[in-house]
Amino acid sequence: MPGKRLVSAFDIIGPIMVGPSSSHTAGAVRLGRLGRAILGAQPQRAIMGLHGSFARTGRGHGTDRALVAGLLNMSTDDPRIRNSLELARNAGMEVIFRTVDLGENAHPNSVEMILSAGQQEIRVAGASVGGGMVEIQAIDNYPISFTGEHEALLVAAKDRPGTIHAITGLFLRYRVNIAFSRVERQHRGGEAIQIFETDDQIPDELVAALADCDWVYWARHIPRLTD
Amino acid sequence: MFDSLAQMIALAQTQGQPLHAIVIAREMAQSGRDRQTVRDKMYKRLVVMRKSAEEGIARPVRSLSGISGGNAWRLWQRLQSGYQPITGPILSRAVARAMAVNEVNAGMGCIVATPTAGSAGILPGVLLTLQEAYGFSDEQLVDALFTASGVGAVIARRASISGAAGGCQAETGSAAAMAAAAAVALLGGSPHQSGQAVAITLKNMLGLVCDPVAGLVEAPCVKRNAAGAAQCFIAVDMALAGIESVIPPDEVIDAMARIGRRMDPRFKETAEGGLATTPTGLRLAETLGRSKPPEELR
Repeated sequence: MPGKRLVSAFDIIGPIMVGPSSSHTAGAVRLGRLGRAILGAQPQRAIMGLHGSFARTGRGHGTDRALVAGLLNMSTDDPRIRNSLELARNAGMEVIFRTVDLGENAHPNSVEMILSAGQQEIRVAGASVGGGMVEIQAIDNYPISFTGEHEALLVAAKDRPGTIHAITGLFLRYRVNIAFSRVERQHRGGEAIQIFETDDQIPDELVAALADCDWVYWARHIPRLTD
Repeated sequence: MFDSLAQMIALAQTQGQPLHAIVIAREMAQSGRDRQTVRDKMYKRLVVMRKSAEEGIARPVRSLSGISGGNAWRLWQRLQSGYQPITGPILSRAVARAMAVNEVNAGMGCIVATPTAGSAGILPGVLLTLQEAYGFSDEQLVDALFTASGVGAVIARRASISGAAGGCQAETGSAAAMAAAAAVALLGGSPHQSGQAVAITLKNMLGLVCDPVAGLVEAPCVKRNAAGAAQCFIAVDMALAGIESVIPPDEVIDAMARIGRRMDPRFKETAEGGLATTPTGLRLAETLGRSKPPEELR
């Protein structure tokens, strides 16, 4: 398992979870939760594209129920996971499942989520890499690598000088230490996605201050996966 | 965590510390949390493990599909009745507990993934039974869990702990190897001997495929957890007797990774081969509404 992700003892002995599968149930719950956090709201509509082993054995392992449980913000040990599809219906969430082919380099347990709420729509692709560990690998068309093991701030902003300086200035003001960061853009002067993973909690005021800037398209706080 | 068992063992030897101390120190450094917090977190997991094992033994657990369930209870009842098991009192009970946890898992009960849900029975089966047999304390079991987690982290880093990427060798193989290292340490073996137990266990489980009937985590998963407990204990006895693995542990892990990469996807948690495509397996899949169109099966 490559990548910068540091493996914790509790990744191996853990998560505490409702069965039956750490990759197809617990990992799927976490992917759904991260997708919801990236959207910034409970989805009203979710198109879930399952790839590979996720697609072939997903129903038996309750992958569909687990992903939706995550969209509803449940934790991996929530006994309501098994009823998530019904709970989603009651909450007015429209969920469509389909099989997708994300290419031969994609992990066999991958999902592409197209989530929308109000005017917001976002595409989030991720993989459940084993033992409950997950990785978000793309937001819209931007490749990223983000595991939910740290607090994170996601910002989509106009690509121009000063944006990172402004953001890190806010981090300094609120005394938040950056552990990892990455900037991705499609072309110069267009939109850039910035992801900052931090050691400290990211306060709501920081996110609100950012969202106020006119060069920021949107800003999201992704809480650390704690289960 | 660590990149190799060799690194872990060398560190333990230079510092004159047991493996669990090395792992705890690394976890504290990585997470920024203090020793008590880290130990408490692991203890909570031990509690869930114990509860799931007891649940599956106390009464016949049933899965939603009905394919698995009740066998841990059945075996336990037999053991309590005065039957002298061929496998002796310790392995037989570890097997019952290992199956119990997996049956609870299949029933969508609460378990701890160690390192995965499909292999969640092996480590608790082994450790809880050793506690029953030898009177180890919960503190010692928490230590053992840290030993196990350090080994599992190396396997996750160098190979895989996911059936979809590496087959059952990556799930039950990893769990059994983790349990073997932990058991050796509990029973007074050296870090080097723990490493040998990892190598021996994993070597004996190479090539094991992930072929779940009907795409569930029940058959053959529950009984493979029993097999993992057995593989663990034979390696533990050998390691404690000073028997060495011909191939060092990290090389065995790397071999497991290479085999997993080359393994046909039909055997990597797709339910498209092996037991999943036996006549009975296919019939069960169809009954449960989980069958696939014929052209996808070979």
